[in-house]
Amino acid sequence: MEPKGKITKIVNGRILLDHKIVEDSYIWIQDGKIIDAFHSFFDNHQEPDTIIDAQGCIISPGYIDLQINGAFGYDFSEVDGPIEKLTQNIEFVAKGLLQFGCTSFCPTVVTSAPQVYSKVLPLLRHRPGNAQTGAEILGAHCEGPFISTAKKGAHDQTMIQSADDGIESLDRAYGPELLKGDTVRIMTVAPEITGILQVIPQLVQRNITVSLGHSAAKIDQAEAGVSAGATFMTHLFNAMNPFHQRDPGLVGILGASDLPAPKQPERHPLPSSTSPDGNRPDPRPFYGIICDGVHVHPNSVRIAYYSHPRGCVLVTDALAGAYLQPGIYQLGGRDVEVRGASGAYVKGTDTLAGSTVSIDHCVRNFKNFTRCTVVEALEAATLHPAQTLGIQDTKGTLNAGADADILFLNDDLEIQKVFVRGVQIELQ
Amino acid sequence: MRLIIREDYEEVSENIANYIKERIRQFEPSSERPFVIGLPTGSSPISVYKKLVELYKQEKISFKHVVTFNMDEYVGLPRDHSESYHTFMWNNLFMHVDINPSNVHILDGNAPDLDEECKKFEADIARVGGIELFLGGIGPDGHIAFNEPGSSLTSRTRVKTLAYETIIANARFFEGDITKVPKLALTVGVATVMDAREVVILITGAHKAIALAKCIEEGVNHMWTVSAIQMHPKGLIVCDEDATLELHTVKYFKSIEHVHHSLIGSENLSLQGGVKQLKSVNNRPTTPME
Repeated sequence: MEPKGKITKIVNGRILLDHKIVEDSYIWIQDGKIIDAFHSFFDNHQEPDTIIDAQGCIISPGYIDLQINGAFGYDFSEVDGPIEKLTQNIEFVAKGLLQFGCTSFCPTVVTSAPQVYSKVLPLLRHRPGNAQTGAEILGAHCEGPFISTAKKGAHDQTMIQSADDGIESLDRAYGPELLKGDTVRIMTVAPEITGILQVIPQLVQRNITVSLGHSAAKIDQAEAGVSAGATFMTHLFNAMNPFHQRDPGLVGILGASDLPAPKQPERHPLPSSTSPDGNRPDPRPFYGIICDGVHVHPNSVRIAYYSHPRGCVLVTDALAGAYLQPGIYQLGGRDVEVRGASGAYVKGTDTLAGSTVSIDHCVRNFKNFTRCTVVEALEAATLHPAQTLGIQDTKGTLNAGADADILFLNDDLEIQKVFVRGVQIELQ
Repeated sequence: MRLIIREDYEEVSENIANYIKERIRQFEPSSERPFVIGLPTGSSPISVYKKLVELYKQEKISFKHVVTFNMDEYVGLPRDHSESYHTFMWNNLFMHVDINPSNVHILDGNAPDLDEECKKFEADIARVGGIELFLGGIGPDGHIAFNEPGSSLTSRTRVKTLAYETIIANARFFEGDITKVPKLALTVGVATVMDAREVVILITGAHKAIALAKCIEEGVNHMWTVSAIQMHPKGLIVCDEDATLELHTVKYFKSIEHVHHSLIGSENLSLQGGVKQLKSVNNRPTTPME
């Protein structure tokens, strides 16, 4: 056997394994990965070199944020300036996110002109996480421009378009990066926009997770989007029609009972008590939801969760002003007032400009809003986002073979330690 | 031979785990002179291992200078199969404690030459100076390891065909499918166990009562291979009340322990039963078992 690296063993922790919190187990890390120490013990005669005492902490995989527009004053869609400066900004954000236990994320680019995509998408290609350089960049989340004008939120209306020429419209809008396998991981589209339903299967072919959002779709159009291959929904409740009893729209997907069997079963949620078939993946998609207590009322979170628990994915949708000290900032050409974790508002008004919540805060809020178990709260920020991207072999779990992105949490799910690829980072 | 009777499975396991802890502590093992222990698998020792792990976590025992030899392993089962004895030992003991993997010896049921593997195992035992303490259980038919009735009492490590009853009993671990159960196993021999400087047998449950009675109250007999313990200078059996249901000599063994503790005083007994000094015998109890 070739010589391998040093082994670290984590003891005395309560580990999230196999949908349970397990007390008499341990985690072994080697070369940045979680390993099955059975083999290193019997085959290689290797003992752990270092033992870390978790002192009773809950041990969770690192959090994964699938929707974040920027933070610490930097905006991923803002491309003025030299490439080196943009790269630095991205790295600054990636480093800062580690403090909140976010070890992997999808930098999100809002509806923009083609020049913006061609400049910024190459900088958002998949890049492994590292304790020095920051959280792992999983690839970009392109939110728009193939969305509904009626549900644009804060997006630029002049850039919104439809896919009149099918996939060519998209290749023109985003540029050559759309063909590269490791750049665009998620794309938010509105299923009612011309040409989109036909394009969805082709996007899925390119290994892009298609997400329905910023859409005024009625329930039929929404279900058609899922049948075409969409496996995610963008910030449930926000930028879509409110739930209406006779046409529940996109929100109504959570109540769908006769969606076709999934074409990509491994990209669908595990069955729960509300699934049509307890032995097969759920035909409904995953759904992102912002748990800052502001974008979605806690009661609404609870209703969504209990109708489709295993599809729930916590996202921050944080914007550039997130994690800055409260105050007034110039962001995207507007004056925005950052009010701590309760959001950012257009200066002088109570109009929400974006979220400023951190992913670990989302996890705590989510658990309080829904009264779910620790396991459920943690899986909504780890396993479920990993499943959404089809990367659960290496992310979102503490199984052998996963990257050693690990969190120690106290009973209130507050961060005590963060490890990226097995290396502990310094918390401020 | 000493027979210690305790109330139930938990107390028996507690007793044995503490005994092993004390034996290792008094031995003061080092890398040049490690404590060599023989270990069993199966449901009987699970609680002993649990308690040993607890003692390790309380820092009352260390496995740093402990060398282990397991009794047996299935032939032809992948080493990482959920039912292999490698998996059992990993899950129940090795993954929890500070044992050096190079000090662990388990027979390799996938060795290209099984006879060589058995000879090598015996040679490995000899190389470390023999086994200090061999811990074992007993089958309902009185067998130790896979030395089923009819095994020679002078047997050594070898390949054995499993008895039909054993295969049926094991089927529950292989999804109830008899065809999936291994038919052969590598096992230490009766003499391999009895060569250890001390043999400790754990016997609990009413279904073992007949086996216990046959092994200690009747003759040394290859039909009840644990009976070989009668010929061992340092044999210890720890059992629960239920396992004594067929014994005639229960009162006798209980009275010995009583004498030890009340007349001689447990502080005057060495760990392995020798008497260091006699207390004054004036304070006799007024009833035999007070």
